[in-house]
Amino acid sequence: MNLFQSVTSALDNTLASDPTAVIFGEDVAFGGVFRCTVGLRDKYGKDRVFNTPLCEQGIVGFGIGVAVTGATAIAEIQFADYIFPAFDQIVNEAAKYRYRSGNLFDCGKLTIRAPWGCVGHGSLYHSQSPEAFFAHCPGIKVVIPRGPVQAKGLLLSCIADMNPCIFFEPKILYRAAVDQVPVEAYTIPLSQADVLQEGSDVTLVAWGTQVHVMREVATMAQEKLGVSCEVIDLQTILPWDIDTVCKSVAKTGRLLISHEAPVTGGFASEISSTVQEECFLNLEAPIRRVCGYDTPFPHIFEPFYIPDKWKCFEAIKRMINY
Amino acid sequence: MDRQGNIINPSQDPQLPKETVLNYYQKMTLLNTMDRILYESQRQGRISFYMTNYGEEGTHIGSASALDPNDLVFGQYREAGVLMYRGFPLDLFMAQCYANADDLGKGRQMPVHYGCKDLNFVTISSPLATQIPQAVGAAYAFKRQNMNRAVICYFGEGAASEGDAHAGFNFSATLECPLIFFCRNNGYAISTPTNEQYRGDGIAARGPGYGMLSIRVDGNDVFAVYNATKEARRRAVAENQPFLIEAMTYRIGHHSTSDDSSAYRSVDEVNYWDKQDHPISRLRHYMTARGWWSEDDERSWRKQSRKTVMEAFEKAEKRLKPNPELLFTDVYDEMIPTLNKQKESMWRHVQQYKEHYPVDLYEK
Repeated sequence: MNLFQSVTSALDNTLASDPTAVIFGEDVAFGGVFRCTVGLRDKYGKDRVFNTPLCEQGIVGFGIGVAVTGATAIAEIQFADYIFPAFDQIVNEAAKYRYRSGNLFDCGKLTIRAPWGCVGHGSLYHSQSPEAFFAHCPGIKVVIPRGPVQAKGLLLSCIADMNPCIFFEPKILYRAAVDQVPVEAYTIPLSQADVLQEGSDVTLVAWGTQVHVMREVATMAQEKLGVSCEVIDLQTILPWDIDTVCKSVAKTGRLLISHEAPVTGGFASEISSTVQEECFLNLEAPIRRVCGYDTPFPHIFEPFYIPDKWKCFEAIKRMINY
Repeated sequence: MDRQGNIINPSQDPQLPKETVLNYYQKMTLLNTMDRILYESQRQGRISFYMTNYGEEGTHIGSASALDPNDLVFGQYREAGVLMYRGFPLDLFMAQCYANADDLGKGRQMPVHYGCKDLNFVTISSPLATQIPQAVGAAYAFKRQNMNRAVICYFGEGAASEGDAHAGFNFSATLECPLIFFCRNNGYAISTPTNEQYRGDGIAARGPGYGMLSIRVDGNDVFAVYNATKEARRRAVAENQPFLIEAMTYRIGHHSTSDDSSAYRSVDEVNYWDKQDHPISRLRHYMTARGWWSEDDERSWRKQSRKTVMEAFEKAEKRLKPNPELLFTDVYDEMIPTLNKQKESMWRHVQQYKEHYPVDLYEK
């Protein structure tokens, strides 16, 4: 399966096993603009897979309401770039529902899925990576998979989790990445980073598409510099797996974090300062962040904007020679 | 009924039995008594904040009584009478306002942000109109459950200007949800009069634009509110469609204890509604004309209701606040490791500097 098919498979498993589950958003009925919901309406009925009016604040507010009754609500926001009209419903409402009511009410059965990340030509509003805006919001979980196997397992965990979750799907991988994905349901735990490759000289942390960049960089560093990199896919942005990252840095003594989103206020800042607090005595070089620049995401300049393997490679070279 | 409590058109008389009408009156006046005492307690600095319901008691009781107890209520913040009608104890109103250890909300929200799972009253939050699309989602889920349940969603005419109101109206119509939108049009959103809020014919006139059945009622007439809500509920559930009720009323009190409304409206205007056209006095006229209520009844009920409110008040004031540890729970369903660390760090710190923290006021 490719990534969009693994998402469909996760949604299919959910609708089959949970009669309360509903899927809704803009254009999901005919299969979705990225084909993630193809066939589900025919299989499960139009009261379970349906289009909403074009209004993101309504979609999330509606989803919260469904979840408040205890039913499973899977909302789709067409692009992560258009999640901001629902920011109030997510930050002030979904995230705080359980806390403010003393656990009388909650919207834990809500999952919001949204295509995410750069796509080569998406420009300002089809390329954004807004995870750091949400990382500052206690009460929600934010999850990003790197491939089809992770997408299905992590999405099923989000849907089953008793907290409102935002699941960002790297849209450049919808058709690109292909894995052997189990047809039946399985879960991958949230708040657990995945160590893809063990190493001893530098820790590389990323999520989503950028994990693949990091793997390539690790190979380059080994071949060209003889440097052994440990590659970690963070997978869950909030609440994130501090232990796995710190354990790795305590061993390697160096840390490079990379994300597509702009550097200032990006989630790498949070990782960096936490690791610095926890691993001060182990660090042999300043922690490096290789991220998007502090500009809107540009159209024709995308190749110069993204934190590609050459930018990451150069950062490793400097850390080793520090 | 008119302002003297006379039924204008007998065919519209709901002919509610005496006990029901007395219950209406007692719930409205009990709310009024609680409002007066809690308003004063805020003036004295005993609670941090309060919002009264003066002049809108009829909208709460009239609508609440037309619902099924299983119907789910989403409110704004000026609908305490709905909870009162459903039997929410005075002790719990007070516990919430005092944020003491009995508060179901664990002392986390500002006063008047009530909620009750057992009475199907969804916890109030401050951001305006956010509950409107949420109520639609809940109504959609009820429709799928097919359990003969409706949702009612209250909001003010100011909140109706939010984008979420537009979202909720439109979603409810296109997705065919068993839902009653209940707008309390009291003329003001804090200091903003309605001519700065909208230029159309109020809120009710927007309903048909969304394909929604709509009606405007006299919000100071508890029977008119009851009749409209009853029929709206019947049709909402039977036909799976939303219904919009706009209750015209007047906000007699200040917006909140943080507001002095004399800065933007005249005392004469307020007095008119308080003295000439009040939902409580109107119902009292109705009862008096039928010989159901006398001056003596009034005196003894006033005394009795004041006593019960004061007892709850004093009890709530004496009670300790919740354990500070509850600052950290319910952020997620389970305590996450970082929060656990922060909790331990708080306790270590408070232990070290305990003379600087009000630890004795909190449960241990």
